[in-house]
Amino acid sequence: MHNLTIAQLAEGLRNKTFSSVELTHAFLKRIHDFDGELNCYITLTEEQALAQANTADERIAAGNVRPLTGVPISQKDIFCTKGVRTSCGSRMLDNFVAPYDASVVERFHAAGAVMLGKLNMDEFAMGSSNETSYYGPVRNPWRTDSVPGGSSGGSAAAIAARLTPGATGTDTGGSIRQPAAFCGITGIKPTYGRVSRWGMIAFASSLDQGGAMARTAEDCALMLQVMTGFDERDSTSLDHPVPDYRAKLAESLSGVKIGLPKEFFGDGLDADIADAIHAAVDEFRKLGATVREVSLPNMKLSVPAYYVVAPAECSSNLARYDGVRFGYRCKDPKDLHDFYMRSRGEAFGAEVKRRILIGTYALSAGYYDAYYLKAQKIRRLISDDFRAAFQEVDVIIGPTSPSVAFRLGEKTVDPIAMYLSDIYTIAVNLAGLPGMSIPAGFAADLPVGMQLIGDYFSEDRLLNIAHRYQQATDWHLRVPQGYA
Amino acid sequence: MSLDAQAVKKIGWLARLAIDEEKVAAYASDLSGILDFVAQMNAVDTSDTAPMAHPLEQAQRLRPDEISETDQRDLFQAHAPAVEAGLYLVPKVIE
Repeated sequence: MHNLTIAQLAEGLRNKTFSSVELTHAFLKRIHDFDGELNCYITLTEEQALAQANTADERIAAGNVRPLTGVPISQKDIFCTKGVRTSCGSRMLDNFVAPYDASVVERFHAAGAVMLGKLNMDEFAMGSSNETSYYGPVRNPWRTDSVPGGSSGGSAAAIAARLTPGATGTDTGGSIRQPAAFCGITGIKPTYGRVSRWGMIAFASSLDQGGAMARTAEDCALMLQVMTGFDERDSTSLDHPVPDYRAKLAESLSGVKIGLPKEFFGDGLDADIADAIHAAVDEFRKLGATVREVSLPNMKLSVPAYYVVAPAECSSNLARYDGVRFGYRCKDPKDLHDFYMRSRGEAFGAEVKRRILIGTYALSAGYYDAYYLKAQKIRRLISDDFRAAFQEVDVIIGPTSPSVAFRLGEKTVDPIAMYLSDIYTIAVNLAGLPGMSIPAGFAADLPVGMQLIGDYFSEDRLLNIAHRYQQATDWHLRVPQGYA
Repeated sequence: MSLDAQAVKKIGWLARLAIDEEKVAAYASDLSGILDFVAQMNAVDTSDTAPMAHPLEQAQRLRPDEISETDQRDLFQAHAPAVEAGLYLVPKVIE
């Protein structure tokens, strides 16, 4: 059962081929068998999962089936879950039991999904390797001495290892797409504002966006259908009609115009990855698409601009963790200043501290124009580059990451080297566009991710393009050795 | 742009974030490296570019001035480290 897709599981449940309780037990057993080594889950919610599975089986028996009734789904531990620890991968929230459900979690519950547990992640989603988690790194099931990517590393590794059929992720600079690439799965970050941020713990509010991760584009479409939509509780939620994502999956790619940005294929890209992407582009030609080169001249400024905007917003958002109302509190403070300084100093890890410090500096008196304002202007230039490109093409395709999964510890000593692993994904967040990563081959026996970038609100088109590719290829069906 | 140990401590104070004394030098080096890296932004002239606050130029929505939240103080305070009589407890501020 664990090798079936969400679409197949939903069908099997409806046809009563298996029950949700059987299915949930099967996944929980796999988690017990395999997660000791991989460390994908921070918290398992077994009792709640079995209760939800029971309810789902009753609904199925009564013929009252919702889109995901009885299907197990796991939540990235950045989404608040009522009555369940929501740690955000941080010591700061190690003791935090959320008093309410995030909008995304509410929507999955309403759709009938069964929550297996909460998935490991970089602390407060700040990282590209899952190594900044307070709960220890996640291991990549394709090669366990390597990282799964980050920050949604637990989500990606759990899906690749068949410890869940689908999971939520969040993407501020590549945190869905890069781990999807490293673990050989499919992930989509929608247009900024598409999925509610209510109850999704904030990192950089002008960039943060929740999305779906699964093995196939069809499964991502099913999940996104549940997740997407206006929410008045999120001040940046978009009130824009939601199409039927699954209905458009099979549309022909004849005449689709693909743009290859020359800046995505320059120095720094693994030659094996470039070869895999070019082979995938040839596959799209066979499917009827036309291909041309485009240019995003300000791409090189995206990582520098991001490391002003994201830390600045992080320093502001994380000011709420003061030890007073919830979260970690230091022992025996000598006064209120000591209380704040040590509660925060003892509970945040090194990368979170670096970003709070950079952001505080960039926003301190006299520096606003030189840093935050400058970065917001660069955002405009990057966004204008994409606008110009989308006058000419329907979708932009390139690698998701310049390398395949790197080894644990390989980039932890040099923050800039770690930051550059998101060089192809960050511009998409700065512009607020939808982006996707799908499996497109292997290099040195590790998965290669191909990135698809679309214009605003084109999630249906991205899913369609990804689905047609997955109908013609089998990269997304490969299983890491030992996890079949 | 280079930050010294003194500057790191000052920023740490502004952020109310204690930095272990033996790690101050490492933070100074990391932060200086990051600031040098982001200085690449200065290579492009943006004097005629408007800053981008929202990708779709969306403004904040307004809503009617009506009560939309109910009182959940007891629920929220159940997660607080120290509470007495409905109040959050912190170290004494006034002598």
